[in-house]
Amino acid sequence: MSDFSEELVRSKTEDEQEESCMFSGTGMSFPWLQKHIETVATGGKKEKDFAQTTSACLSFIQEALLKHQWQQAAEYMHSYFQILEDSDSYKRQAAPEIIWKLGSEILFYHPKSNMETFNTFADRMKNIGVMNYLKISLQHALYLLHHGMFEDANRNLSHAETWRYGEKSASQEVLINLIQAYKGLLQYYTWSKNKMELSRLDKEDYAYNTAFQNMLNHSGKMSVNLCTLIQTPGVWDPFVKSYVEMLEFYGDRDEAREVLTNYAYDEKFPSNPNAHIYLYNFLKREKAPREKLISVLKILYQIVPSHKLMLEFHRLLRKSDKEDHRKLALEVLFGVLDFAGCTKNITAWKYLAKYLRQTLMENHLAWVQEEWNSRKNWWPGFHFSFFWAKTNWKEDKALACEKALVAGILLGKGCRYFRYISKQDDQVIKKKIKRIKKSVKKYSIANPGL
Amino acid sequence: MDLEEAKEFKERCTQCAAVSWGLTDEGKYYCTSCHNVTERSKEVINTGDIPNTKIQAINRGLKRKRKFEKGWDWYVCEGFQQILYQQAEALKTLGVGPELKNEVLHNFWKRYLQKSKQAYCKNPVYTSKRKATVLEDNPSHSDWDSEPDLLSDFSCPSFVESGTDSKPDGHTQKPFPISRTSQSETASICSGSLDGVTYSLQKEKGIVKMTVPRTLAFCYLSLLWQRETITLSDLLRFVEEGHIPYIHAFQRFPEEMKLYGRDKGIFAIESWPTYEDIYKKTIEIGKFLDLPRFPDITEDCYLHPNILCMKYLMEVNLPDEMNDLTCQVVKMTGIGEVDFLTFDPIAKMAKTVKYDVQAVAVIVVVLKLLFLLDDNLEWTLSNIAEKYNEKNKEDKPWFDFRKWYQVMKRSIDEKKQKWEEARAKYLWKSEKPLYHSSIDKAVVYKRREMVVNLQKQFSTLVDSVPTVEKKRPSSFQFNWTEGDSTRTCFHGHGLQGILKKKGQSLTTKNSLYWLSTQKFCRSYCKHVTTYEESNFSRSYQFIINLFSFLLRIKTSSLHEEVSLIEKRLFKAKYSKTKKKSRSRKGRK
Repeated sequence: MSDFSEELVRSKTEDEQEESCMFSGTGMSFPWLQKHIETVATGGKKEKDFAQTTSACLSFIQEALLKHQWQQAAEYMHSYFQILEDSDSYKRQAAPEIIWKLGSEILFYHPKSNMETFNTFADRMKNIGVMNYLKISLQHALYLLHHGMFEDANRNLSHAETWRYGEKSASQEVLINLIQAYKGLLQYYTWSKNKMELSRLDKEDYAYNTAFQNMLNHSGKMSVNLCTLIQTPGVWDPFVKSYVEMLEFYGDRDEAREVLTNYAYDEKFPSNPNAHIYLYNFLKREKAPREKLISVLKILYQIVPSHKLMLEFHRLLRKSDKEDHRKLALEVLFGVLDFAGCTKNITAWKYLAKYLRQTLMENHLAWVQEEWNSRKNWWPGFHFSFFWAKTNWKEDKALACEKALVAGILLGKGCRYFRYISKQDDQVIKKKIKRIKKSVKKYSIANPGL
Repeated sequence: MDLEEAKEFKERCTQCAAVSWGLTDEGKYYCTSCHNVTERSKEVINTGDIPNTKIQAINRGLKRKRKFEKGWDWYVCEGFQQILYQQAEALKTLGVGPELKNEVLHNFWKRYLQKSKQAYCKNPVYTSKRKATVLEDNPSHSDWDSEPDLLSDFSCPSFVESGTDSKPDGHTQKPFPISRTSQSETASICSGSLDGVTYSLQKEKGIVKMTVPRTLAFCYLSLLWQRETITLSDLLRFVEEGHIPYIHAFQRFPEEMKLYGRDKGIFAIESWPTYEDIYKKTIEIGKFLDLPRFPDITEDCYLHPNILCMKYLMEVNLPDEMNDLTCQVVKMTGIGEVDFLTFDPIAKMAKTVKYDVQAVAVIVVVLKLLFLLDDNLEWTLSNIAEKYNEKNKEDKPWFDFRKWYQVMKRSIDEKKQKWEEARAKYLWKSEKPLYHSSIDKAVVYKRREMVVNLQKQFSTLVDSVPTVEKKRPSSFQFNWTEGDSTRTCFHGHGLQGILKKKGQSLTTKNSLYWLSTQKFCRSYCKHVTTYEESNFSRSYQFIINLFSFLLRIKTSSLHEEVSLIEKRLFKAKYSKTKKKSRSRKGRK
């Protein structure tokens, strides 16, 4: 009788919807009210034991998976399949995906499971409902790849690629593209294997030509497969990388540049640091002008100020003729050292020490002060504590020296870090310390009045 | 062939119009002039005398094949009859006397059919509604087969139901005439039974409609009538353990009884019966059937609190000596009296006693009397008992509440875990899937096949040993043995440490008591008390949880029963508080 009452509930809510439409005609609408009514309509019904036991079953499976009890998980799974016959159509439709995820996990680890069982399971699950076919096909292919079944994975993807289901296929276009792109990735794999072989062959060798032809074949298919996906917004790093590698190999620099520029700059794509790194590396290989390189890294600086390319960015800026670039060079260094992961980066400290001196020599005290003002509250504790002085000295004397110089310039002679290092009596770097002391005396921005 | 007996059948023969009937060996009428055999059979007037008429009725009905359909013609009430039959058979194999099935349940069912005007009455619902229109339709038609075979003695034989087509006519009161048209492939609402559609729409006042849970109410009513040794909680537990057909009962219908469409809503259920629900339905049906006072429940009946208390004391591993106390409480509260215990549906306030819940509640009260259960005294008494037992290893040991708690806690947790696991693994769906209409038939079958295949695949991953071994039916859920330290038996332990001599008689050392509730809800919300677990002592919570799990009832309903017993036991206290509150009101 339950199904009948479901019908009643449904027709009721439909009526209410009409009512709410009438209300909205008077200029008032209460979307929350409609929602509220809906939840009351269904929430008031007593949950059947079927729903209760299946959800208990689900939590037993999850618990078993968590404890790696594959045997028990499989037992509960046996009972959980009945959710595919749930009279609640919403639950029934959500079920295949849950079952696929749980089932594939169990079959992946279960000692009695093998490739064959997994394949049968995947094939069955693909055909329950239509919406899961592509997703499961793709994951199935990845499973096969994991087990080294390259050919099978490829065949699987080819099958999935040709899948069409009326209007439904439109909504799954991205998935189709993704599947094609994975196929492209597999082709890339063969292609780069061929490339390796080719490099071992002599150009005069008769095998060279066939190998080259082979490669060309793969590359053609590959570019078709990868192209569409790369143009749809998303994060496609491995696909972009391999596509660009292939383009570069055949000397199609313009296409490669366009792909990378698009990947980095198209606003529809999600912000992705790698996109800028790829573009930068490409431009560097191309020996692009400094101006161009700076503009790419500027964006990366905004996304990831602690990236290791920032030191390279600093070098580029330092060499620039423009004053604002040189100011930015200082900013970038400070920015890098703001991050805990970079505190022991000797290059950064070396650059900073050197560049501080240079900046001050060029009478840009204001730039330094601007950067320092926001940091003077926390850098002393963060970088220049007594503890750090001791550990740095113990671990890396060169680093300690660079830091001491920076500390001296920024905080003055009296700061703990500088005092600790300068007091050290070490024969080897005695001279260096002396030089530091001198620089500090000359450039320290602390208490300039004194 | 008995022409004498055939005399009472006075209809004209449809072939030759003669009124001259004989009876065949099968009990059917045949025309002596043209030898045309009708589908009508000799009415059985005294069905009560023949023990298995019910089964015969079904057999007779189902033998007739439908002309255009694959399945047999059958009515919804026949489906329920099938289920009842199966359940009665199952009860018989559980050891219940054969009279239950042949006499009691059969008579109750007959009475139900009569009261709900489906058979054994002057105007069965199946005929009266369409008589007027059908008569003028085509009187020459002789298809008799469409009323349920239960109605062997109805007295309006002029009813004819045309099988193939019924004209849409304004006279019919029902939107879906009982005819084959409703089963045509195009119809969106259909059913395998003849009256499935009408049945699910039917809402007649004053008639208790049959449902699958109500079959259990019928079973319990007959058990009660027979004063069998199965309580309601036992019955429901047997259902859950699969000893009595319930969830999948329709699967065991004969192959030709096709179920689909609306039948699904009527016969397929996805919940286990609950105590409160079946209890209510039992009273409801008892009243509807207008049954006389049930046989007396006297002290030698299993359902008498004294005996049930003994049973549950054994079940939960408490000392036998406690039985004296439970008997005393039963006596003082008057719940052991025949008039109190016997079910009388015609009485003004028809109610039956929840025998099992009540017995358990008495035990809870006794435990409170002995140990107070305030999270303090019971442990102090346990310390004393423990010391005594250490010193006097040869003597009969004193009952040690702490030890008992430890044993019970472990056992009940284990049981509960197993129970939950078994429930989670329960397979609800039937092997023959039920579908709503011919449109989704293919989908439903495909889905079923898929599930079966997946299950098959995963069963290879599971050890060949079935994990949920079928339990043998037993009214005891625990088994206590002497010697095994995890299942120590406390039945023989004494209560000396807790009782003291006072003159001639023994009284409890503990003279305190706390009431489970002070106020009873007097509104119409039907609950007597509320049970907010956290307001009570841990020991009390444990005891309540333990017993309510044993009976598979809600903790709140056991608490309620305990409160009701206390109300009877401490009448004076309650009337005092009542007066107090009244006087307070008066002052205001």
